[in-house]
Amino acid sequence: MSFQPDSLIPQVGVITDVRIDTPDIKTFRVVTPDGKKAFDHRPGQCAMLSVPGVGEAMFSITSSPTNTEYMEFSIKKCGCVTDWLHQAEVGQQITIRGPYGNPFPVDDVFAGRDLLFIAGGVGLAPLRSVINYCRHYRDRYGKIDIVYGSRSKADLLDYDEILTDWETDSGVNVHLTIDREEVGWSGHVGFVPSFVKELGFATDKTVVLCGPPVMIKFTLEELIAMGFDKTSVYTTLELRMKCGIGKCGRCNVGSKYVCKDGPVFRCDELDELPDEY
Amino acid sequence: MRKCALSVMPDLLRAVAEATPLYLPVDTDKGDALFTRWFEGADWSGACNTARGPKDLFFPQTEDLVAFKTAGKTVEVLDIRREQEDFVVFGVRPCDVKAIEVLDRVFLSEPVDSFYAARRNHALIVTAACSRPTETCFCGTFGIDPTALCGDVTVWKTEDHVYWQAATEQGERFLAALDGFLEDADDTAVTAQRAQTAALLSRLPLHSLRADAFGGGKTEAFFDHPAWDTLSQSCLGCGTCTFVCPTCQCYDIKDFDTGHGVVRYRCWDSCMYSDFTKMAHGNPRLTQKERFRQRFMHKLVYYPENNDGLFSCVGCGRCLAKCPISMNIATVMNTLGGDAR
Repeated sequence: MSFQPDSLIPQVGVITDVRIDTPDIKTFRVVTPDGKKAFDHRPGQCAMLSVPGVGEAMFSITSSPTNTEYMEFSIKKCGCVTDWLHQAEVGQQITIRGPYGNPFPVDDVFAGRDLLFIAGGVGLAPLRSVINYCRHYRDRYGKIDIVYGSRSKADLLDYDEILTDWETDSGVNVHLTIDREEVGWSGHVGFVPSFVKELGFATDKTVVLCGPPVMIKFTLEELIAMGFDKTSVYTTLELRMKCGIGKCGRCNVGSKYVCKDGPVFRCDELDELPDEY
Repeated sequence: MRKCALSVMPDLLRAVAEATPLYLPVDTDKGDALFTRWFEGADWSGACNTARGPKDLFFPQTEDLVAFKTAGKTVEVLDIRREQEDFVVFGVRPCDVKAIEVLDRVFLSEPVDSFYAARRNHALIVTAACSRPTETCFCGTFGIDPTALCGDVTVWKTEDHVYWQAATEQGERFLAALDGFLEDADDTAVTAQRAQTAALLSRLPLHSLRADAFGGGKTEAFFDHPAWDTLSQSCLGCGTCTFVCPTCQCYDIKDFDTGHGVVRYRCWDSCMYSDFTKMAHGNPRLTQKERFRQRFMHKLVYYPENNDGLFSCVGCGRCLAKCPISMNIATVMNTLGGDAR
């Protein structure tokens, strides 16, 4: 008997690489058992990973769609599934399904624009996909600025890639900050919202913002005060999800389902939603 | 229109059940009625409605989705879906028929839920028109006429006869197969009964409850309404309203280790529960007020916004009868609708 594929039935994925990024974040490389990328995706989309017997959870795909060989997921250790994944070794099989949600409008709205990426902590994970997509198609976009902050130097995600690839790109400016002074750090110290204000960007940029809810809130307020319009600021939301296809009801906010109508929203669209995210 | 004597029904239902699995409302020893697989001696319940709707037959309380075999570092995914067989659901009330439409719009919209679709595609619905609505009924609020033709076939039960009419081609075929039990009839008795029922409906306590104030685009009008505080104050968060609701469709997905492997199943869940939206970084609905509001806003505003104005309440009245603190959607509508119109 053969049935139509069902979104809830996953395929097997193999962890082929585990990179330790920070004390609580690891980046996992996942392919199918025959060594291929599990499915195509767009920047900003998510996938459901599961450890059979432990559970399933939604993660943003941190690798760029331009990587046709594998997918990467930067995962912070903070619950059952993530605890288990953090103990997994190379060669471990898990399950994967997706892609879910709407991507960032990289090919239309973003085209030809100066881009400003602002990330806090593990909030860089979903942005890395779109940053590397835009770096890959560099000539389609204007100037790229990346503001990234974390608690400490050790908590900066993708630090090696930032130093060796992003900072050396022409037309890409990276601005790093950490919350508190520490030995061996000569860069900026302070929170992301005030750093953004200090840097004082031109307001014709399109902004992509992701981080902890409180960081998003204050950064957005700072951007508005600087003269940015909410219609040019994009963010990506995180809510508890089970199905990924707008049916299980968990990520319902107002008439939207974050898994299928999001996770990418323009900030003026968020104003239309009840404050429950 | 066709008819048969009421006394023929046991034989007729047996004939249906011998050809196709048949589910019908049967009285339980607890004083209510439930949709039950036909058995010899099963009597068609005269209850106004079953304790739970026929939702279970399409979207069971728990359901296995997929299984896994794990060994060492390897995982094998096992598709455990089975071919569904045709079945008949007899005696579904018109409110519950509407509730199936509400569920269809969730589960049959892309990407289609193959588990629900398989059952739905194999089901024939025989509606039982209402003639004795109870004081918790308010289907009229949502534009449902509980005496009208709906489903695949509708039956009207009178003192001594059952009248039959098909509403779909599938229903026509079903009636053709029962030809030996049925004879032609005019609609005089049904028309008289419908008029009688309409008079009863107009005297129900919730007859004047209106849904006009609600619908898509009303989030701003109701979300910050001060009445949510008092309305939700006594809510226990028990989820009974969700459990008996024929349209509630939120579900959870969990893994179960059988000892021989892992089965991933889904089960009904409730937005009334405190951990429904709880995640690693916090909970966007911290108090019962937010969870209570979510349930009613979804039924009266969010769902209609996404579904051409169709409400996801059908006025079956089950939650009115079952809520341990006597809070319910009718009170919510009356309170909110009163000054937000």
